[in-house]
Amino acid sequence: MNALSVRGLTKTYRNGVQALSGVDLEVERGDFFALLGPNGAGKTTLIGIITSLVNKTGGEARVFGYDIDREPEAAKACIGIVPQELNFNMFESPYTIVVNQAGFYGIPRAVARERAEKYLKQLQLWDKRRGISRALSGGMKRRLMIARALMHEPRLLILDEPTAGVDIEIRRSMWEFLREINARGTTIILTTHYLEEAETLCRNIAIISGGRIVERDRMSSLLRRLHVATFVLNLRDSLSVAPRLDGYVTTLVDDHTLEVEVSAEESLNDIFARLTALGIEVLSMRNKVNRLEEIFMQLVEGRGTAGEGAHGEAAPAQPATAPAGTGQEASAAAAARLPAGARR
Amino acid sequence: MSAVAGAAAPPVNLNVVRWIGFQTIVIREYGRIIRIWGQTIVPSVVTATLYFVIFGSLIGRRVGAMGGFDYKQYIAPGLIMMSVITNSYGNVVASFFGAKFGKHVEEMLVSPLPNWVIVAGYAAGGVVRGLLVGAAVTVVSLLFTHLSVQHLPVIVAAGLLTSLIFALGGFLNALFAKNFDQVNWIPTFVLTPLTYFGGVFYSVTLLPQWAQQVSYVNPILHMVNAFRFGFLGVSDVSVGLAFALMLAAAAALFAIAVALMNRGAGIRE
Repeated sequence: MNALSVRGLTKTYRNGVQALSGVDLEVERGDFFALLGPNGAGKTTLIGIITSLVNKTGGEARVFGYDIDREPEAAKACIGIVPQELNFNMFESPYTIVVNQAGFYGIPRAVARERAEKYLKQLQLWDKRRGISRALSGGMKRRLMIARALMHEPRLLILDEPTAGVDIEIRRSMWEFLREINARGTTIILTTHYLEEAETLCRNIAIISGGRIVERDRMSSLLRRLHVATFVLNLRDSLSVAPRLDGYVTTLVDDHTLEVEVSAEESLNDIFARLTALGIEVLSMRNKVNRLEEIFMQLVEGRGTAGEGAHGEAAPAQPATAPAGTGQEASAAAAARLPAGARR
Repeated sequence: MSAVAGAAAPPVNLNVVRWIGFQTIVIREYGRIIRIWGQTIVPSVVTATLYFVIFGSLIGRRVGAMGGFDYKQYIAPGLIMMSVITNSYGNVVASFFGAKFGKHVEEMLVSPLPNWVIVAGYAAGGVVRGLLVGAAVTVVSLLFTHLSVQHLPVIVAAGLLTSLIFALGGFLNALFAKNFDQVNWIPTFVLTPLTYFGGVFYSVTLLPQWAQQVSYVNPILHMVNAFRFGFLGVSDVSVGLAFALMLAAAAALFAIAVALMNRGAGIRE
């Protein structure tokens, strides 16, 4: 039995906007799952339907086998939700908020008090438990919503952009916290605009665009399909023109910065050997873009299938091979370009 | 941050979830009433005091007897009931609309609580405030007049049913309200006129025949008179009919509120 099973889910809002156009999605129990997509792709609508905040137009959804229409109470008892928008009473204290939330899930008050102490301490909010929540910082408010979602110890935790606006230190601390929760058996579905976050945390991924799932794969498989990476080299001495390296596309960004496109089959040693032969010394190197971000952009903008980018012998820097598009049409086009085995 | 305990199986005893969830909503509402007592309890006490001073002591002396009782004694049950009505209604409409506006209503909507428990919890919160303020106004009344108790069960039942009806009315108002103006429309343009024409300050027998017939359509007249019957033993209406109307109204409003919640009216996309 999967943690989440969604079939043919559709949603058309009263104003005629079709937010979901037949979403099928399976999330295995115990998974750490990324649900990515651009703004307006349908992520929050999908989560809203699963958590019963949005009425669906068609299709079905099950949470640990419980149908959200026929057994809504059992289904909802399995879910903990950390929404994108702040949705707690700003005039209540963090302690009151989390204890009351436990009550809504049938947790006796004595147990709720113990858990409140446990989770508020783990999320570093215990010292702030008595003041009004409005006075908390942005990061603290996010952590409060995570603590609240954990009070009934859900089997499925859904996090809709939980680290938006959170500083790097707290974000990494939250990542560690979520990893530990997942390691102990809680299935996690994460939506985020920080693609590094998804790449770091998640084992499986779905990309939604224009109300459809345009990609569903293991994170590692998806990343392997990106064949070209661009490296940015910081040079010791200045150059006036980009050096010619046969088989590679090179671009001089400024007199000390050189970009080199490298395909997955090519060796970085070869590039360094050639640069050394030309008397060019490299001080440091970084990947130009996040790998997942590159695939994501290709899928949602319809720029071409991940792994289909041109590369190799003297290839020029490749522009998108298909006209950029938006919405469902572009997404469908992107999906159509995926290898058959990659489509779900 | 350190590790947390493992995920546990969900509580599947739904009756336990419902009961604890109901208690939680009521406790939260009670906490809100107490936290902002200056807004929830004090205004009605001040208003009732002013009514007793102006209508009871100053104007009331010239009015003389009403329905065979001293005027202050006559209006006391009506003033108590008026505070019960406005506070039961005001508590739920403000609290539930505030939860919608601040989006923290979602805390309950995503939980396993069925809609009828949410409606019942808010209604009970309204009843708690109505009765708390009613009790405070009763204490104020005792400073100005003597209140005898003729039928205690009638007083309790009329107070409970009236506060329940207006708490449910406040819930419906909150469901439909899209802004704070709409929260105030019904209390200003419907509740206040009905209350003032509902026999709080006078016996309808003083009115011309046609006005009496119109007054009998006003549900608040029946509630106030049933309540007054409990204290004074006199009523302008049939107490049996008043209770029948109140029971029917409470049941109908509860059913409508739950049906609207199930449809997602005002709370779900």
